[in-house]
Amino acid sequence: MRAVLLGGTTGIGRAIARQLAERGESVFLMGLDDDDLARSAADLTARHPRGEKVGYARCNLEQPDGFAAALDAADAALGDFDAVVVTAAMFATQEALEADVELTRRLVTVNYANTVVFCEHARKRLLPRKGRLTVFSSVAGDRGRKPVAIYGSSKGGVAVYLEALDHKFHAAGLSVLCVKPGFVKTGMTAGLKPPPFAGEPEQVARDVIRAMDRRQALLYTPGIWRLVMMVIRMLPRFVMRKIGF
Amino acid sequence: MTAHATPVAEPAPPRAEALAATAATPAPTLSGWGRLPAPGREIFSESLESATRGAVLSRGLARSYGDASLPAHAADKVVNATMANRVLAFDEATGVIRVEAGVSLVELNRLFMPRGFFTPVTPGTKFVTVGGMVASDVHGKNHHVEGCFGAHVRSLRMRLADDSVVTCGPDENADLFDATVGGMGLLGHILEVEFTLHRIPSQWVWMESERVPDIDAFLAALAKSAPQWPMTMGWIDCLTRGRSMGRGILMAGRWATAEEAPPTPPRLGPQITLPFELPNWVLNPVTASLFNTAYYWRHLRQHAKQVVSPEPFFYPLDAVLHWNRGYGPRGFTQYQCVVPRAAGAPAVREFMELLTRLGGASPLCVIKDCGDEGRGMLSFPLSGMSIAVDMAVSPDVQNIVDKLNEFIIAAGGRIYLTKDRFTRPEHFRAMEPRLDRFLATREKYDPQRRLRSALSVRLFGDRA
Ligand SMILES: Cc1cc2nc3c(=O)[nH]c(=O)nc-3n(C[C@H](O)[C@H](O)[C@H](O)COP(=O)(O)OP(=O)(O)OC[C@H]3O[C@@H](n4cnc5c(N)ncnc54)[C@H](O)[C@@H]3O)c2cc1C
Ligand SMILES: NC(=O)c1ccc[n+]([C@@H]2O[C@H](COP(=O)([O-])OP(=O)(O)OC[C@H]3O[C@@H](n4cnc5c(N)ncnc54)[C@H](OP(=O)(O)O)[C@@H]3O)[C@@H](O)[C@H]2O)c1
Repeated sequence: MRAVLLGGTTGIGRAIARQLAERGESVFLMGLDDDDLARSAADLTARHPRGEKVGYARCNLEQPDGFAAALDAADAALGDFDAVVVTAAMFATQEALEADVELTRRLVTVNYANTVVFCEHARKRLLPRKGRLTVFSSVAGDRGRKPVAIYGSSKGGVAVYLEALDHKFHAAGLSVLCVKPGFVKTGMTAGLKPPPFAGEPEQVARDVIRAMDRRQALLYTPGIWRLVMMVIRMLPRFVMRKIGF
Repeated sequence: MTAHATPVAEPAPPRAEALAATAATPAPTLSGWGRLPAPGREIFSESLESATRGAVLSRGLARSYGDASLPAHAADKVVNATMANRVLAFDEATGVIRVEAGVSLVELNRLFMPRGFFTPVTPGTKFVTVGGMVASDVHGKNHHVEGCFGAHVRSLRMRLADDSVVTCGPDENADLFDATVGGMGLLGHILEVEFTLHRIPSQWVWMESERVPDIDAFLAALAKSAPQWPMTMGWIDCLTRGRSMGRGILMAGRWATAEEAPPTPPRLGPQITLPFELPNWVLNPVTASLFNTAYYWRHLRQHAKQVVSPEPFFYPLDAVLHWNRGYGPRGFTQYQCVVPRAAGAPAVREFMELLTRLGGASPLCVIKDCGDEGRGMLSFPLSGMSIAVDMAVSPDVQNIVDKLNEFIIAAGGRIYLTKDRFTRPEHFRAMEPRLDRFLATREKYDPQRRLRSALSVRLFGDRA
């Protein structure tokens, strides 16, 4: 695999990048800060069985003008990548978002609009290479829910887009994977109280890489969330109006 | 070394009671390995550089037993370093490695043992961070040869109390370095550590072990093995009294050569987790004594030689995750001290006698002869015999620790801060002639004593 990771310096993305590097795949990092990217690149090189040098490029989901250049840099470094993994996203609590419409605008733009734009750039390159596009949605996007109304909707939008990409391009050889994690203990959730079944990033990364290897289209991880969400998706509206989660 | 015990002014209320009261409140708490909680919360971040700004304490995997990693005050900003876990550089030719302070030893072992490198010094658990290894200046079975971990550190990048970021090392800001190594996080937040990994000839350990009938034989056997073996330590049954007092098992080892080692790398055994807290009564004198007798006689042959995996050799207790829950809700502590060589074997025997007489000690105690004192200003080991014993927290524990400390002060020894929760400040001062130098260095880098912990409140009189 020659994989590009947007968001691969932290959290689940860091764990995926490490596991790919440790099994000898070539990786390329995209993220917000040069120093942070350089440190993660060094970490991946130290883990790579052949000590492969890891390249990186700055790429900000708030600046779509830079997407093509960043992907060019990845193509140049990897010699035409064949996998793209997007873990980058914003998170904010529902209270914070309701109190600040500018934050809401930024979050839905980064998590939905610009993520779709980035994927469109990536898809055009991946399609002729019969590559893999892996993007993180969330269980929060499966149902309109009070505590994650806005964040969840941005993740739900991404999931619908990815489902359509799969429908449209599967036959042509593009593998699209939509990942729906449940609660995972990362920096994004560090201030929150872990619910039952909280996952570790390493375990989620293992699930994701296995799903990529199998060219799966949809993944709930940790696995228990598939069942949990099956139930939640069936709850009638009057119940959803009543309950607090 | 002066050998006078400082009398205790008046008995303080048992600390365990006060702590149990705080545990009942619903406010979030933090605790060390001994599971005595203190109110507080920690911040997790992948970037120590930003998270430590304005923070007063950093902590790692909380394997220190007592209050070293606990905040002085519930509102103090405490940074958990474990998410800052990147390897920043590794030079295969020299073994020099540079890491973020939150990297764990379990991860370093996983990554570098298959490539023929191992940490120069490992404590008895792999669930520690490199930052914690520096802050406690940890020692291992090879202390008599390699000294403490700090002796292998080339450079530290730190955030100081005034929020500046500096580097220090054996030849750069040396006073800061010497006060940080073994300084329990009180000089600054360790952001990055550069040290040297050692080459190992195989991933297996050649171990010889011996059943030893009593404490005198034990000390003699340790003294005999030290010059011949790079790694030594012993388990002592500290419940048996009389003639067999101090019976136990002595272990000596070295890395197996490529020829001795099996062709395949060792496999990790199953990881068992103690899923919940056991009730207080499970570990009582009867079960403890049964366990000990079984442990002693399990070692059937008098003398055994074998090639073993590093896991049971270095980390026997890591086989059960969260084994500290076995002590129940009361929590526990460890008493680790070193009896200086000058005090000789009689002092060690007397200490063991005192320990068994006082009761309260749990099944096994670990004994290890230490080499020379290192340069860390508060670093624990000094040339002599280190003895470590776990004890459940009971109304008696303060008294037991006091009595043991009085003995150790008289013998010219000292205790290990990373295990401690009950030592009184006057006792610590009496056993630490180096304390003034440490406090003066702290005064230089942190005159307002902004960086603090529950331990520094208890022992150095910082404001709570
Ligand atoms: C089963 C077991 C066996 C052990 N065996 C040994 C042994 O053989 N030899 C030995 O020497 N020790 C031993 N220990 C003790 C252990 O090695 C030390 O307590 C070690 O410091 C724990 O590391 P940690 O990452 O858990 O640190 P914590 O317990 O989280 O913190 C310990 C101290 O380090 C400071 N600290 C941690 N990270 C930083 C940082 N980034 N910057 C500044 N300060 C920091 C904290 O403030 C605190 O004072 C053992 C402990 C256990 C539980
Ligand atoms: N953790 C969970 O419980 C959970 C649950 C469901 C779904 N998810 C999803 O899983 C994915 C990974 O999350 P995580 O838990 O690993 O959290 P994380 O570590 O915070 O990862 C998010 C990453 O996105 C980056 N990012 C934020 N804004 C960006 C921007 N404008 N441009 C480029 N990068 C940006 C962040 O960079 P900086 O750190 O530099 O800001 C960070 O590296 C996310 O899509 C998240 O929504 C997580």
